Amino acid sequence: MATAEEVAKAAERRDVRDRWLLSAPALLVILLAATGPLLIVVVYSFLAPGAYGDVKWQFSSDAWTSVFLERDIFDDTLSLAAAHVTIFWRSIKLAGVTTLATLALGFPTAYFMATRSEKTRDLWLFLITIPFWTNLLIRTFAVLQIIRNEGIINTILLKLGIVSAPVQILYTDTAILIGMAYVYLPLMVLPIYASMEKLDFRLVEAGYDLYATRFRVLWRIIFPLVKPGVIAGSILVFIPALGAYVTPSILGGGKNMMLSNLIELQFGQGRNWPLGSALSITVMIIVMVALLAYVRNASKSGVRHG
Amino acid sequence: MNWKTTATAMGLALLASTGLARADGVLNIYNWGNYTSPDVIKKFEAKYNVKVTITDYDSNDTALAKVRQGGTGFDIAVPSQTYVPIWIKEGLIQETDPGKMENAKNIAPEWANPDFDPGRKYTVPWAWGTIGVVVNTDAYKGPANTWGIIFNTPDELKGKVNVVPEMGDVMFAAIKYVGGQQCTDDKAVLKKVRDLLVAAKPNWIAMEYNTIEKMGAGDFKATSDWNGSALRQRLANPAIHFNYPKEGYGLWSDNVVVLKEAKNVENAKLFQNFIMDPENAAGLSAFHRYANAISGSDKYMPADMKDAPEVVIPAEDKPLGELQKMCPPETQELYTKIWTELQK
Repeated sequence: MATAEEVAKAAERRDVRDRWLLSAPALLVILLAATGPLLIVVVYSFLAPGAYGDVKWQFSSDAWTSVFLERDIFDDTLSLAAAHVTIFWRSIKLAGVTTLATLALGFPTAYFMATRSEKTRDLWLFLITIPFWTNLLIRTFAVLQIIRNEGIINTILLKLGIVSAPVQILYTDTAILIGMAYVYLPLMVLPIYASMEKLDFRLVEAGYDLYATRFRVLWRIIFPLVKPGVIAGSILVFIPALGAYVTPSILGGGKNMMLSNLIELQFGQGRNWPLGSALSITVMIIVMVALLAYVRNASKSGVRHG
Repeated sequence: MNWKTTATAMGLALLASTGLARADGVLNIYNWGNYTSPDVIKKFEAKYNVKVTITDYDSNDTALAKVRQGGTGFDIAVPSQTYVPIWIKEGLIQETDPGKMENAKNIAPEWANPDFDPGRKYTVPWAWGTIGVVVNTDAYKGPANTWGIIFNTPDELKGKVNVVPEMGDVMFAAIKYVGGQQCTDDKAVLKKVRDLLVAAKPNWIAMEYNTIEKMGAGDFKATSDWNGSALRQRLANPAIHFNYPKEGYGLWSDNVVVLKEAKNVENAKLFQNFIMDPENAAGLSAFHRYANAISGSDKYMPADMKDAPEVVIPAEDKPLGELQKMCPPETQELYTKIWTELQK
């Protein structure tokens, strides 16, 4: 029955082809939308800056050179771009500390939520999502109102006579960290809670039955089981924190640039779009490398358990 | 009704609606945020039966980049004097010859023939102002008519000074303070500027635009600022004073231009002429709180602006002002490096 087989095969081929054709438009849109703008950024990073913004269509690798190296404008020597390194490091440090702070606050919160009764859990979840209802800018301004010199905290401290002059919190690194931790906390709590909710608490009881200490239960039973949530939460916090713009500018006073400010400067007053593009791609590469290292590391140590 | 007739009907409806809109007359203005008096716009709409829409931008660079891309649908924009030559050179605006319009006779003589647009072939003055030093006299009583407040901060103000982060303005002020000329590319001067800025920064509390609110609340006790902003601060707190630095201070002016891609050129020209009328110019000033470069507008000005020292420059301070220019790209690159060094 060779013909029947051929007919069946042809039908299958047609079926496969139709599927591809039908999904082609969607795939094309996704492909173009995802890579198109990115490609433009890559191309721009290899062009020369236009006189007053925009780019000149001639090849130049100057932008990439000046990401890492700078020519001193006074003695004309070439050296490592210290200013850029300082700014990169400041942003990475802030993102790292923000991740740790949200983890320290988010883990107990998620544990608390997961150990409530079925009925009240939804309420807690609902409360966690409330900050998302308002815009990031508004939430940041709310923090500003709390910590500024004539804000809530300082007014209370002054009224109670604990301090004689307002404590300067606004425009310090502490202020940035308070704001960042507040803004990104839900992004940490939600994935950890999702893992924690699935946790079988009979395992915890078994641990206690076998005379494990509280800390041992936490470290050897709970933590390994909710690790996927912790990893997801850390990634969700670290990446946007690295590119944070609004919160550091408003609470930090804009004296010290973050990565995003440096990039914005190139597209705005600095009028060097190629350098801005090259800096953006550098950030993406850093994020990608950090992610790969983190995920690989996390999955390796995960094997030990189980 | 099948899909074809639906589509045709929709197409016709769309055509009809745009046709109607055009018949009524529209004018699409692209301007800085919180800058356009709603009252004056209402008056213009009523007088010429034109529907005006206003879209905001927040910086000259944003406006330039967007208009350069084309297809914006805007008829009018309001670039600063530093950017006007670029708009002209890149062919983004059209020669409407406002210098010959009916109300052009009202333009104040010192603004009738500016370097950035000789003979007023493209632009109509919208607002002009100065950049100086604002000090809260409750915190500091000494002489404040100097950039030294910012760059060599007196002890009383240390840790309480803000600097508005406009690169061009800060560089202008710092260069004046060390005795150089604006847009200088003299390395010896720039080195002094860089050292001055880096040494001054630890005394600053912030580099922010939001001065009106922060000076009012007492977060800042001094700041570099625009004069109109200083006026609003003084009206809220009489202890806050604007000062014209003796080392020299910058003048700026924003100007109404008609885009080359404008679809409503006639309405745009009407608008250019309309705002050169003294009463209308005063109406604009009453809202944005800056001077307007139209003679005879003073008698329509609100009472609190008529002799405000922020708006009416005192005679002895007048010669110290200098219209800020756009520096050449190579110089700009040097400034960006110093700026990055300052904010790193």
